[in-house]
Amino acid sequence: MSASASTASVSIGSKFSGAHRLLAFASLIILILVFSLASPNFMQTSNIIAILQATSVNGVLAIAATLVIITGGIDLSVGTLMTFCAVIAGVVLTFWGMPLGLGVLAAIVAGAASGTLSGTFVAKLKIPPFIATLGMMLILKGLSLVISGTRPIYFNGTPGFTQISQGSLIGSVIPGLPIPNGVLILFLVAIATSFILERTILGRFTFALGSNEEAVRLSGVNTDRWKIAVYALSGSICGIAGLLIASRLNSAQPALGQGYELDAIAAVVIGGTSLSGGRGTIIGTLIGALIISVLANGLRILSVAQEWQTVVTGSIIILAVYTDILRRRRL
Amino acid sequence: MTALVIMKDIGKSFPGVRALHNAQLELRSGEVHALMGENGAGKSTLMKILAGIYRRDAGEILLDGKPVEINSPRQAQDLGIGIIHQELNLMPHLTAAQNIFIGREPRKAAGLLLDEARLNANAAEIFASMHLKLDPRTPVGGLTIARQQMVEIAKALSYRSRVLIMDEPTAALNDAEIAELFAIIDRLKAEGVGIVYISHKMDELKRIADRVTVMRDSEYIGTVPAAETPVDKIISMMVGRALTEEHPDIPDHATSEVVLEVKHLNRGTVIRDVSLSVRKGEILGFAGLMGAGRTEVARAIFGADRRDSGDIYMHGKKVDIRIPQDAVRAGIGYLSEDRKHFGLATGMDVRNNVVLASLARFTGPGGLLREAAMHDVAARYIDQLAIKTPSDRQEVRLLSGGNQQKIVIAKWLLRDCEVLIFDEPTRGIDVGAKNEIYKLLNALAKQGRAIIVISSELPEVLRLSHRIAVMCEGRLTGILPGGATQEEIMHLATLRGDTANHNKQSKPAKGEAK
Repeated sequence: MSASASTASVSIGSKFSGAHRLLAFASLIILILVFSLASPNFMQTSNIIAILQATSVNGVLAIAATLVIITGGIDLSVGTLMTFCAVIAGVVLTFWGMPLGLGVLAAIVAGAASGTLSGTFVAKLKIPPFIATLGMMLILKGLSLVISGTRPIYFNGTPGFTQISQGSLIGSVIPGLPIPNGVLILFLVAIATSFILERTILGRFTFALGSNEEAVRLSGVNTDRWKIAVYALSGSICGIAGLLIASRLNSAQPALGQGYELDAIAAVVIGGTSLSGGRGTIIGTLIGALIISVLANGLRILSVAQEWQTVVTGSIIILAVYTDILRRRRL
Repeated sequence: MTALVIMKDIGKSFPGVRALHNAQLELRSGEVHALMGENGAGKSTLMKILAGIYRRDAGEILLDGKPVEINSPRQAQDLGIGIIHQELNLMPHLTAAQNIFIGREPRKAAGLLLDEARLNANAAEIFASMHLKLDPRTPVGGLTIARQQMVEIAKALSYRSRVLIMDEPTAALNDAEIAELFAIIDRLKAEGVGIVYISHKMDELKRIADRVTVMRDSEYIGTVPAAETPVDKIISMMVGRALTEEHPDIPDHATSEVVLEVKHLNRGTVIRDVSLSVRKGEILGFAGLMGAGRTEVARAIFGADRRDSGDIYMHGKKVDIRIPQDAVRAGIGYLSEDRKHFGLATGMDVRNNVVLASLARFTGPGGLLREAAMHDVAARYIDQLAIKTPSDRQEVRLLSGGNQQKIVIAKWLLRDCEVLIFDEPTRGIDVGAKNEIYKLLNALAKQGRAIIVISSELPEVLRLSHRIAVMCEGRLTGILPGGATQEEIMHLATLRGDTANHNKQSKPAKGEAK
């Protein structure tokens, strides 16, 4: 008991999430083994890269959702916020013809602004997170359609835009390793967010709010401000996801987005983050997102009908949470 | 008398912890058997085994001399063993009768419909046997805690329980309610029910217990008759050593600077025109019955609750306190009576709880936390306050109540608060640790901090306080000097309405020591 406490020098997530992470990681490995035995095509480099590329958008969104969930909240607006940010980038780059950098900045700022608004609804107006972000989900969905005139915005005028996700910085340095930038960005976002969660005051308050918000408030901490900050950070990460998906499609698709929040929350839950708040890790979420993509990819290679894939994913969620409950009961 | 229940050589281990070792209990029919011991001594574990919540690893249980296996709460109920937990398990939106018979509702129309009339009649019958005047159709959520507890007892009796386990049943009750509870216990005794009674309050045991079994460090220490055994003896059995009572030598604060002053504080009907002050190095006791408004005053001073009117001064300067943040900035710390809900992030470790109110101080450029500095500070307070924990990375939920309280104290010491408001500082803390908390409070006062202690235990108030403020129904009914008697305090604590207003004019002048 004390050994694990002393070795976990930075992690403040409890032992449970550590154990769950191991379990989730083991399931991922087992899935990969099973699929590579079942089909020689699975372990092809091109297929691995396809899996990673497919994970990038959901992975980044899931990281955004993890932050809010650790505070004990929930964010249903991540999917439509992603689309909204993509549309904003389209407005800045295609409608106004601004340079690429400004489009990227606009998407991230739009995400942060929306997150700030959600956070304010939750912290200041005391609207339950489920309701506040449900409202935001619909507002953002509508705004995306209104702003874009319900038509996709293409980025043909901005040549470098597709490179954000599809280019390969690593591949240009190491020719044998054509890892797309989208995947690189996913890992960079994961590392940065993990660092913020484990090492900074914002991260510490994220956990503290989820653990016991009233105790934090009565310690003289401005809990509202920190909570809004967490939602804002989460929103700006959704902005990054918006850029990734727009870059991959070379367009902002205003009708897209709804439903993505559930995949993101699924990844978070499979990764061992508690929906009641106070514990969770980014690495867990990353593994959760990978499990979902590996499943989808492997089942497709095995020619399992797409309809069945969602049945399997749903079962995995229930299984993952149940094993967590089982282990906690034993302790 | 015959032994109703015998628990022999009971052993129980949880991963990494030996919770019980050779534990014994003999319960006779028609007796109140007090089970005592410090927190973590194993009382609750032993009772949970009897109630079928845990399974024992070793030993045997005899009911009426016959060995029995109790593998589930349902089985315990069928054997006539009922338990009333410290935290009540009632559904607030259902009525008293619905709560009592949940899952066993009488049916009619071939079992398709609920027979509400019979349900209420059955409940009323049980209430009558308890001499309890309560409408079975009342929703439980609207009842006082004491009444809810009566419903729990009725529920246990509805299983025809011959063994009733009560875990700290009086923790949330006032004197009148305690008297009502004891009357019911007496009637149950007369009917031959055996009652196991877990409590920390010595005076209660003297009033109702026939025998006392003491546990310490997961083991059985001994069983003694309650009436003939001196309290000191029981306490020394519990802690393994004799405790010396210390009485306060009350220092003269007449010339010390007034640190905190509150004038004409009001909040609805719960706080009515309360004015008080605390000087440097002084411990101001806050006495009164449950619901007198003491916690409300503390929370209003601290900014945790809104106040309608009233001014707060620190060192003679008016401070504007609207939220806890303002209070902390002004140098006021509040230690809630409910540590788990308001004081600690129990899922986090000792280190993070100690620095929780001062986290900004440990933050470098870019919001980066300086873990090494946090560790040093946490280690210093663990050492200074003698907090028993394997390391500063231990989750606080795994520590005892006394150690948790010390962590909350460390949090406010680190924040360097001049005024510390302790709300029931020793609630749920065992006797040995209580003494340590008292010593700590005295030491803090000697260092020049101004301290307010809210306590419902009069001996505690008398032992600690340099001056005693007494409240009743939202009003400050008087301020007494430190050497006051229990009778004087009780007189002020029950002073209601207009008489209180009248009295307030004269009494404060006496204690204020201007």
